[in-house]
Amino acid sequence: MRKGVMRPGHVQIRVLDMDAAVKHYVDLLGLIETDRDDQGRVYLKAWTEVDKFSVVLREADEPGCDFMAFKVVDEETLVQLEKDLVDFGVDIEQIPGGELKDCGRRVRFTAPSGHSFELFADKLYTGKWGVTEVNPEAWPRGLDGMKAVRFDHCLLYGPELAATYDIFVNVLGFHLAEQVLAEDGTRIAQFLTVSMKEHDIAFIHHEEPGKFHHASFFLETWEDVLRAADLISMTDTSIDIGPTRHGLTHGKTIYFFDPSGNRNEVFCGGDYTYPDHKPVTWQAEQLGKAIFYHDRVLNERFLTVLT
Amino acid sequence: MASFQVFNQTTGDRFSCQDDQSVLKAMEQTGLKCVPVGCRGGGCGYCKIKVVEGEFECGKMSKAHVPSEAIEKGEVLACRLYPLTDLTIECLPQPAAGLSNRQTKTTALR
Ligand code: FES
Repeated sequence: MRKGVMRPGHVQIRVLDMDAAVKHYVDLLGLIETDRDDQGRVYLKAWTEVDKFSVVLREADEPGCDFMAFKVVDEETLVQLEKDLVDFGVDIEQIPGGELKDCGRRVRFTAPSGHSFELFADKLYTGKWGVTEVNPEAWPRGLDGMKAVRFDHCLLYGPELAATYDIFVNVLGFHLAEQVLAEDGTRIAQFLTVSMKEHDIAFIHHEEPGKFHHASFFLETWEDVLRAADLISMTDTSIDIGPTRHGLTHGKTIYFFDPSGNRNEVFCGGDYTYPDHKPVTWQAEQLGKAIFYHDRVLNERFLTVLT
Repeated sequence: MASFQVFNQTTGDRFSCQDDQSVLKAMEQTGLKCVPVGCRGGGCGYCKIKVVEGEFECGKMSKAHVPSEAIEKGEVLACRLYPLTDLTIECLPQPAAGLSNRQTKTTALR
């Protein structure tokens, strides 16, 4: 049952070299730089997003993901969810408004998978980039590179999927759209959503907690995914795999790496889900096809190369 | 532009590497697979090797995989390793966190 969590709000990604990272996320992915702060963090958004930022880059000596945040409908919902988390036994941390520029207070918690998540209700509404609010044109001119449409989801690797599921589903109102089950019935992958998308957040089982597999950005068409692949070659960007199709979600995808080794995905298509849909299940024996529908085998990198 | 020879003494492979090219990239261009290729960005630790002989420079590497003590021992990431002389390298066992910790459930994934 929905509890007022609306959508992914932002992700903060650690990078080794800020200039190289900004070039990658702006020139290649086509995100727009919207601000910087006195900690040196850089704020970015994709053009269709209405809030001021969805990706924050932080320079650090170890890449990876600091946290991912979800936007909730209003302050009242935030207060309620905060209480529900505490009642469920989850430790929360209060991050005051303004810690991220133009973002209201955030409630942070660490999931049993080892990842930090945040909930927030307010962020400066700047509207879609480059188009007017009234009688908008189809798309703005002046977008770069892949022209990413929106920050879509993250895939995270860590242990304790069942306990993590309990928090996301029972406390925060996500539902399970897709899963991979081992022969003994253990869930080794869970794709969770608060929308019609097949995933707003996904987890794959991994012994080491808190690992980052990728941040994903939406593109409109398969042609756009192929064009993204062209740009990856033109810029000699480190490619992982693709263009191809996933079995899970059936999205059409390409994976590549940012200059610090964090994986990115751009994808299009994919199935839809409603809360009355049963989860789509893939069996672990079919994992190769579940992940890469055409090759039907996993590349070792997909399971082991993480930040 | 100077070009150096890289010798992998674990596998017996040899390849040449330009001074502005990472050892991992030179290996990939030669069509060899004697060092595992991951992110190519110094982030994942997958390509970690040990330089046993030769001078080199390194680009930025994740401290999680290459603490400063490791650099002194020549344990660095091939994707961030730039030769200044001919190099002799050897493969390292994969980092504990990545592989040997993987137990039952992750094995089911493979
Ligand atoms: S391939 Fe990832 S650190 Fe070198």
